[in-house]
Amino acid sequence: MKKFIVILMLAVLGYYLGTTFYSLGFGDARFEHGVKDYYLENTVSQLNVANTITSIIVSFRGFDTLGEVTVLFLAATALGGILYKKRHHIGDRSVLFPASSIVRSGSKLLFPAVILLGVYVFIHGHLSPGGGFQGGTIVATGFLLMLLAYQDFTVSHHILSFVESFAGIFFVAIGLLGFINGGTFLQNFMPVGTLNDLFSGGVIPIIYILVGFKVAAELTGLIYTVLNEKD
Amino acid sequence: MKHELFEILQFGIYSASILLILIGLYAALTKRSLIKIVIGLSIIDAGIHLLLVAIGYINMGTAPIFSPGYEDAAATMVDPVPQALVLTAIVIGFAVTAVALSLVIRLYRHHHTLEIDEIKNLKW
Repeated sequence: MKKFIVILMLAVLGYYLGTTFYSLGFGDARFEHGVKDYYLENTVSQLNVANTITSIIVSFRGFDTLGEVTVLFLAATALGGILYKKRHHIGDRSVLFPASSIVRSGSKLLFPAVILLGVYVFIHGHLSPGGGFQGGTIVATGFLLMLLAYQDFTVSHHILSFVESFAGIFFVAIGLLGFINGGTFLQNFMPVGTLNDLFSGGVIPIIYILVGFKVAAELTGLIYTVLNEKD
Repeated sequence: MKHELFEILQFGIYSASILLILIGLYAALTKRSLIKIVIGLSIIDAGIHLLLVAIGYINMGTAPIFSPGYEDAAATMVDPVPQALVLTAIVIGFAVTAVALSLVIRLYRHHHTLEIDEIKNLKW
């Protein structure tokens, strides 16, 4: 009975969502001169950054990204607080069965490649698809691989929190430098270089590399906390 | 230059994302296991992201990246604003899922069950 009511409700919701979006159309240019055109024009002329999404996230809407990074930091902190245990209760990691030697040698082989891919993605965030958040997640995936393969592989919480807080502090410091030099928070104050060069875009690559380090440290700490959770 | 295939794509992409949202809502409303409820919430997230990116699509548009060869393609690029928004939404969705799962772990540690029916002191 309850499931029937839920399905009926969802059918009504689906019908109205479907008609709304279908009448909205797909693939039409809806705005004569919208925000989109401003971003597409000024990405190259002001910042010389190839990836428009990176320029929106780090430069035009950089303050929002600071908030986003803060939300991620708060989530990692809240997870550590919720799963807090006294030190002598921390035992070995709970595993159903130890990883086989194929998994162990394979992940040892793959680990540097995964880290390298993650670093590549966040260094080239202003040139190609990708950026700090994606690259940081890839780096954390490499650590997850090692943590799953080796039961005695540990990461130091001190180093993680050190990397994380320094990345955050430098992010805010670069924003304040823009405040001093250019006039607004997170404004670009460095030469922008030429389009599609690795060293281009002013402060955008620096900020995205810092975001990458921060996200990688946060996600690694998060994975490590959850993996060490034992009933 | 809309043709038959495009119509199918238009219908398919909107209905796929709306279907994902409905499946997620169904799981979150009717399932009894806490893990399944969290999975339902993530499926809702995925549906909303797909819907937002689909809204920003422009017919025959390219990715909003000025890579070599596409320096003058600004007129045919898809809308970058929903994509930047979805990047933010993915990160926030990840944070929400992580905190929800940690709450589930905590509840399991206290009640030794994942069924919400058996957690009596949650009823009101």
